[in-house]
Amino acid sequence: MELAIFLIFGALAVVSALVVVLHRDPVKSTLSLVVTLFATAVLFLLLGAPFIGVLQVLVYTGAIVVLFLFVVMLLNLQREARSEGGGRLQRIFAILAAAAFAAMTGLTVWRWTTGADLGALDEGFVSLNALAAELFDRFLLPFEIIGLLLLVAVVAAYVLAKRPDPSSGADPGADSSTEATR
Amino acid sequence: MTVPVSWYLLLAAAMFAIGTTGALTRRNGITIFLSIELMLNSVNLTLVAFSRLLDDRTGQLVVLFVLAVAAAEAAVGLALFIALYRHRRTIDVDRVNLMRW
Amino acid sequence: MELLWLIPILPFLGAALNGVLGPRVSKGTTTAVALGAPLASLLVVLWTIWQYVGSAGYPEAFVQTLYPWSVGELSIDVAFMMDPLAAVMAFVVTFVGFLIHVYSVGYMSHEKGYQRYFVYLNLFMGAMLLLVLGANYLITFVGWEGVGLCSYLLIGYYYDEEFPPFAGKKAFIVNRIGDFAFLVGLFALVTTFGTLDYGTIFGKIEANPEAVGGQYLLGLSLASFVGLCLFVGAMGKSAQIPLFVWLPDAMAGPTPVSALIHAATMVTAGVFMVARSNAIFQLAPGVSLFVAAIGATTAIFAATIGLAQTDIKKVLAYSTVSQLGYMFLAAGLGAYTAAIFHLATHAFFKALLFLGSGSVIHAMGGEQDMRQMGGLKKKLPVTYWTFLVATLAISGIPPLAGFFSKDEILAAAVGQERWVLYGIGLFTAGLTACYMFRAVYLTFHGTFRGTEEQAHHVHESPPVMTGPLVILAIGAAVAGFAGIPAVFGEIFGGGEDVNWIHHFLHPVYAEVQHAEPHHMAVGTEIFFIVLSVVVAVIGIFVASRFYGGKTGLSKGKQMAERFPAVHRLLTNKYYVDEIYDAVIIRPLARISRFFWKGVDGKVIDGSIHLGAYLAELTGDLGRLTTTGNVRNYALYFFLGIVVLLTWVLL
Repeated sequence: MELAIFLIFGALAVVSALVVVLHRDPVKSTLSLVVTLFATAVLFLLLGAPFIGVLQVLVYTGAIVVLFLFVVMLLNLQREARSEGGGRLQRIFAILAAAAFAAMTGLTVWRWTTGADLGALDEGFVSLNALAAELFDRFLLPFEIIGLLLLVAVVAAYVLAKRPDPSSGADPGADSSTEATR
Repeated sequence: MTVPVSWYLLLAAAMFAIGTTGALTRRNGITIFLSIELMLNSVNLTLVAFSRLLDDRTGQLVVLFVLAVAAAEAAVGLALFIALYRHRRTIDVDRVNLMRW
Repeated sequence: MELLWLIPILPFLGAALNGVLGPRVSKGTTTAVALGAPLASLLVVLWTIWQYVGSAGYPEAFVQTLYPWSVGELSIDVAFMMDPLAAVMAFVVTFVGFLIHVYSVGYMSHEKGYQRYFVYLNLFMGAMLLLVLGANYLITFVGWEGVGLCSYLLIGYYYDEEFPPFAGKKAFIVNRIGDFAFLVGLFALVTTFGTLDYGTIFGKIEANPEAVGGQYLLGLSLASFVGLCLFVGAMGKSAQIPLFVWLPDAMAGPTPVSALIHAATMVTAGVFMVARSNAIFQLAPGVSLFVAAIGATTAIFAATIGLAQTDIKKVLAYSTVSQLGYMFLAAGLGAYTAAIFHLATHAFFKALLFLGSGSVIHAMGGEQDMRQMGGLKKKLPVTYWTFLVATLAISGIPPLAGFFSKDEILAAAVGQERWVLYGIGLFTAGLTACYMFRAVYLTFHGTFRGTEEQAHHVHESPPVMTGPLVILAIGAAVAGFAGIPAVFGEIFGGGEDVNWIHHFLHPVYAEVQHAEPHHMAVGTEIFFIVLSVVVAVIGIFVASRFYGGKTGLSKGKQMAERFPAVHRLLTNKYYVDEIYDAVIIRPLARISRFFWKGVDGKVIDGSIHLGAYLAELTGDLGRLTTTGNVRNYALYFFLGIVVLLTWVLL
């Protein structure tokens, strides 16, 4: 049973990952990412991390990918045109490097973990209470810092995405309201 | 039959490789970003798998943090893209090559 | 005697002072400093000699060590030495030197480089005094090089003309060849004895003559090897065959320079050095004979060239080369006293001849060609009479100085029964009288052959120039009496040793070979003396027949037409310069050009260029990675990570 779930959702994750990477239309790519994240969330559940799985769906899919979609729509991005010939070398090297990386990692994983079996899940491991206790016990400081980080990110995002002030260097004659809405 | 942990890890490695290829190969900035998210996701999977293997919840908590960082990074990155688009009217990273010799 | 070190230092100070003050001060100040220094030096010399002769240590050498210097086993001190030989040399150098300084005040009064001239001249005096007063070979060598430098500076004095700098270079380079051999000799000495100190070396040789007799190098004994090396050095400095070619060209310098450096002092350094090293030469009979042979050959060779020269200074230059040959002939025969005696008398009359010619040139407004002169006897009386005295002296007419000194040399040859050398010496004496009187007749007798303008300009020189001429003439006349041959003592003085200079210099000679003094019968000696005078008179007679009275150039021209090949050979100085040019200089220049263009230009510069080219190439290749494309940079990151991963895992 477990094996079946793993195989199905594992395959789904890989396929949709490939769609993300290979599809020309950015909207379709983003939606495909949603599928990938869902599949991964299921895998999390399978591994005895229900909290993380749910969190993945809520935060990752629900917020981050939605943000992506907003930006894609805002900028009204078109399908990516056929790339020029010059990037061929780059593509070859990229694929080779990634394959090499995967091969090495795979080999290592194989050698180190063959025979290591996952034990049965027990109540204690999955329990949310225990998780929370550990979070606020050992990881309190990182938790607070993460909060600060998010604050910084918010401020940064606001500052970066702000329209430039017409009096400070932007083209005086430009009508700022017509920008970026084309 | 239980799934051996190595399968999870191999899956994560494969997803990571796919994400890397995407990040290095595509010209569209948004797509590059999506690939990066993919890579982060595969790392999360690896962490959870190990957490289960070693029977230690620390792995899951780290995933929590990774999630938060990914969110922050996505926000800032997308803001950057918006600013870039305003100036250059394009998200094509090949066009953004002022540092060329 | 403690003032010994002042003797060389005072002229250096004079040079330094004048060098620093330069043209900013008045000519009077420059002159005062320039004359004051050598005069002070002369006074110190006289005082020191007086003290030395009266001192308890006399006739041992007196050494004043200023600064002892030892490194490991090598020890060379900065020290000066006073002994009879040094006394004679120092006196000649300072006395004649001072007179020439005085003369120069008049001769160079119109030159724009007046200050520079006196700086160099004082510098020369200092270096020459270092040379003669040094207590070891190194100090002498420093002085040796110093006079070479000053010679270069003074020959090339008229630097804006084309020839003088070239002549200066030639002098310096030819000298250098000799100096190289000199240095090799010094190295041999220092590795054998561990020091270059005269006293130590000669003492060791005297005590143990066999030590320097063993095989050393090239099949020669140590004494022979060192003697040969030192003599080659002397060949360069004292203009003997084959290194004499620089001296005639050195006449491009001002005439007082020719008088001082190329007649009286610098060129005699070689003779001094051979005499100083007599301990070594006495133990190297083969080399000594070689020295004598070279001396004799040079003497006759130069005399024949002098017979055909038309420039009055060139005649005197070749005469100097010839007389130096005489000195080496004497030294090679072991008659070191005769050599030094002739050196001293020669200094007087040769300096006088040069200064006299300078007076003539000055009167002729710069003209040096004797064919334009003639009949100057009436217009330049003082110059004429002093010049005549000097000419009689050099020809060996008694009772003037040259007679006594030249006679001693010839007597030495007779005493050792070296008849070939004697014959050459005798014949050359005749030639000397001939070419010198030829010069006198062409310059002073007959009718004037110059231009109208020159005739107007002719006037006797000012007293500042004629004064030294007179003093030197007195010297040339009476200096001979310092060395009256012993035979006269026997005849007139009842057996006393009247050869004062022989007696004075005797302690300088190392007692390494207890040779029997050659004693000739009184009658034989008188015969040879009379013979040499007769030969001289014949020479004068020949000259008077060809050039005397009203004849002027006419008979000379006839001779030239009758033997054109001989005349050309002599006028062109046997083409020696041309031969050197073709055989040595041109190939050397070709090799140098090869090294310059080929090795230095292509190989050395080429490798530097190659390095620069490679650096540039690397840069260009490296530049290709900075595409500005973000994707490329990301790829570089990732590749780096893959490499790192490989390295960690494997």
